[in-house]
Amino acid sequence: MPSNEAEEVLEILWIKTEEEGLSAVRKEDLLSADYDLESALDELAEEGSVEVKGGNVRLTEKGKGEARDIIRRHRLAERLLVDVLEMAEERVEEAACRFEHALPRGVDESVCTLLGHPRLCPDGNPIPPGRCCEEGREKIERLISPLTELEVGCEGRIAYITSRRHERLQRLMAMGIVPGLPVRLLQTFPSYVIEVEETQIALDAEIADEIYVRCERH
Amino acid sequence: MHGHGGGSQKDGVKTEGKIALIGSPNVGKSVIFHRLTGRYATVSNYPGTTVELSRGVASLGGKDYEIIDTPGTYSLFPLSEDERVTQRIILKERPDVLVHVVDGKNISLMLPLTLELIETGLPVILVVNMLDEAGERGIELDLAALQRALGIPVVGTIATERKGIDELKKSIAHLASFDYRPIRTSYPPRIESALKEVMELLPDGSGLSRRFIALLALAGDREAVEALEKGPSKEAILKRAEEMRREYRHSMRYIAKMTGKKRSQEILRRVVRRREGRKNRVTDRLGELTVRPLTGFPILLVVFYVMYRFVGVFGAGTLVDFFEQVLFGRYLNPAVSRLVESHIPFPLLQELLVGEYGLITMGLTYSIAIVLPIVSTFFFAFGILEDSGYFPRLTIMANRAFKKIGLSGKSALPMILGLGCDTMATLTTRILDSRKERIIATLLLALAVPCSAQLGVILGIVAGVSTRLLIVVFGVVFLQIFIVGYLASKVIPGESSDFIVEIPPIRIPHLSNVLVKTYMRMEWFLFEAVPLFLLGTLILFVLDKLSMLALVEGMAQPVVVGLLGLPKEATAAFIMGFLRRDYGAAGIFAMSRQGLLDPIQLAVSLVVIMLFVPCIANLFVIIKERGKKTALYIVAFIFPYAIFIGAVLNYLLRAFEVSL
Repeated sequence: MPSNEAEEVLEILWIKTEEEGLSAVRKEDLLSADYDLESALDELAEEGSVEVKGGNVRLTEKGKGEARDIIRRHRLAERLLVDVLEMAEERVEEAACRFEHALPRGVDESVCTLLGHPRLCPDGNPIPPGRCCEEGREKIERLISPLTELEVGCEGRIAYITSRRHERLQRLMAMGIVPGLPVRLLQTFPSYVIEVEETQIALDAEIADEIYVRCERH
Repeated sequence: MHGHGGGSQKDGVKTEGKIALIGSPNVGKSVIFHRLTGRYATVSNYPGTTVELSRGVASLGGKDYEIIDTPGTYSLFPLSEDERVTQRIILKERPDVLVHVVDGKNISLMLPLTLELIETGLPVILVVNMLDEAGERGIELDLAALQRALGIPVVGTIATERKGIDELKKSIAHLASFDYRPIRTSYPPRIESALKEVMELLPDGSGLSRRFIALLALAGDREAVEALEKGPSKEAILKRAEEMRREYRHSMRYIAKMTGKKRSQEILRRVVRRREGRKNRVTDRLGELTVRPLTGFPILLVVFYVMYRFVGVFGAGTLVDFFEQVLFGRYLNPAVSRLVESHIPFPLLQELLVGEYGLITMGLTYSIAIVLPIVSTFFFAFGILEDSGYFPRLTIMANRAFKKIGLSGKSALPMILGLGCDTMATLTTRILDSRKERIIATLLLALAVPCSAQLGVILGIVAGVSTRLLIVVFGVVFLQIFIVGYLASKVIPGESSDFIVEIPPIRIPHLSNVLVKTYMRMEWFLFEAVPLFLLGTLILFVLDKLSMLALVEGMAQPVVVGLLGLPKEATAAFIMGFLRRDYGAAGIFAMSRQGLLDPIQLAVSLVVIMLFVPCIANLFVIIKERGKKTALYIVAFIFPYAIFIGAVLNYLLRAFEVSL
């Protein structure tokens, strides 16, 4: 298991290479007051997680796997804190950082299942899928699922909306469809229809798939 | 479809104040507008119908006010063009009073906008409308408590029954004497401090609150920022907004909205009381049936059939027969002809008025005797469906199929309207959210949606031949909607918009509202469409006089005779088709009766005439709505495409020796 500091470095490397598309990261871009870069890199190189050549740092296959796990735990933690524990926004980031290191492997799968295999963290960044998502195993009864997976008649509250399309999010929000709002699923075909307050709203399946609901009653 | 009333009264009457009616779609704003001004703007269930602004004048407490009916708005942080217009009215016109109209049964979804409006610093009056529907659903509202909590005047109304309108008028007139102490919304501390910073950078004295401008600026509102004077303070504001964007996981708009939401929930806790309402009323049940797949599609067919019977058979048949043959044919035209011939000595002028292509005998007769009865019955049927709340439900049924051709279910509305009149339908493409969808819908309307008049004539022709002909002709034409729609959705850049539509409850339409609306639309037709008919007739007259009709016929011969395998006389029908879709079909009708066309020729000519260039009125509206360039592209595509499909059909039918 890498140290917390090494995990931080892995995280940054992952974001820079896998999400922002760089092939390698220059050392100076990894500098931070939060850790001692040299010792963290030494540790990672020793374990075969990174290669340091010249001023460039590159993730190895092993390192990629590790980094992916950490990112996944971090973002799952954020979801858990925001959706289930309803923690105030400004405290989430810090808590998630501590959580990601503390969350033992395996437990992340339970958390993931509990949350209904979310695809995006509250900031809208993708959560790398785990084995549990791919297999779709349902060990624990889900607390939160997208509208597309609910049964007609289900009543609950909107837990979160994962849309990355800004306009869509805004449009939903403007109509009053925001987290915390009580909803009822009225029908799913030919279009999704939900009831909020005394208003019925028709939606595409594509949008319904992004609205996660904590089902409270059938 | 929209209110064509109002218009420019603003310039005619000197007003002493300006009032903007603001609210989300389907809250009854237009009815309140009408109740205040005495003019009727179209009241509709379809989200976003009030795309055009209606302005009117109301006399309140001895003063004349200009009333603006703003487009449907959910928020002052605009997302749609409609909302942008509303925001612009507030920022630029700075009305003296903002009247926020909300639907009583959905008040908790709408109160956040009241708080946003209060932030502008302009005086706000809250109108809680549809109290009857709220009551039916077991929602009791303590409006006095709401007024105390908000610190602004609150009026309850049932606008369709005129209830509460006098109180609203009074409260506008006596606003000055109201103890106006609006509630303040406070945001999280970090935003408050950023707001303060920006406010200090803003110039004073716009009449709007600096806090509101600061809020818009921090939310990165394009127009609000652009309106700021260039200089160091603008730079600083932009920088701060950028910082906020980075600092916060959510946009400012989101935070503003969530804050407003929380605040209004706190307020409403003391205002709203729910008891068991009469659930499952008949209309609610009916509403459900219209959108369930098992019952929805049959209901859709029934609605279409009834509409077809009413518009196609009663309007296009019975009424047209009476107007054209009896009223105009037997009495008016002969009388006018005699009058013209005896009083006007110039033969050319005589012909211009009452000749073959005469302004009166052709232009007026066709527009008043043939088209007006059809569109009137259509407007009436449409008005009933509109006020009943059926249309938004239709979009639920149509969404899936329309997605495939780059349109959302919303486009079902203009397409169905097109079966009535493509020109009107092209106007209503405004309700679509993206430019891409508007272009596709306009193209498909012009290409492959026959209007009621044309449809009537074509059904008349085909019914006399065979069912197989009917299937071939309409099959080929409707197939084009999917082929061309699919291709257009790939070619035209842009994204299709999301399908998020509010479905209002089914309501029993008020007959008087429907009649007034039908009347307003007929008036519009008379003033805007009839001149176009006259212009078109004039063009035909001139072409005929200059012997250019024959010239064009000669030029078109290789295509018409060669490619399509039709007699050369068909060219005239195609030219007529450009003037009016049904003229062309009527020409084909006449030819087929004279035995000039065999069944294959009939099929080819009908397909071409349906696909062919839209009528002149439709073309003008396409130019007006989409611009010259797009209109040119559309025509340049349709013209050869219609002939291409006709030629292919001709070739296939002959190659396989299909008997029709």
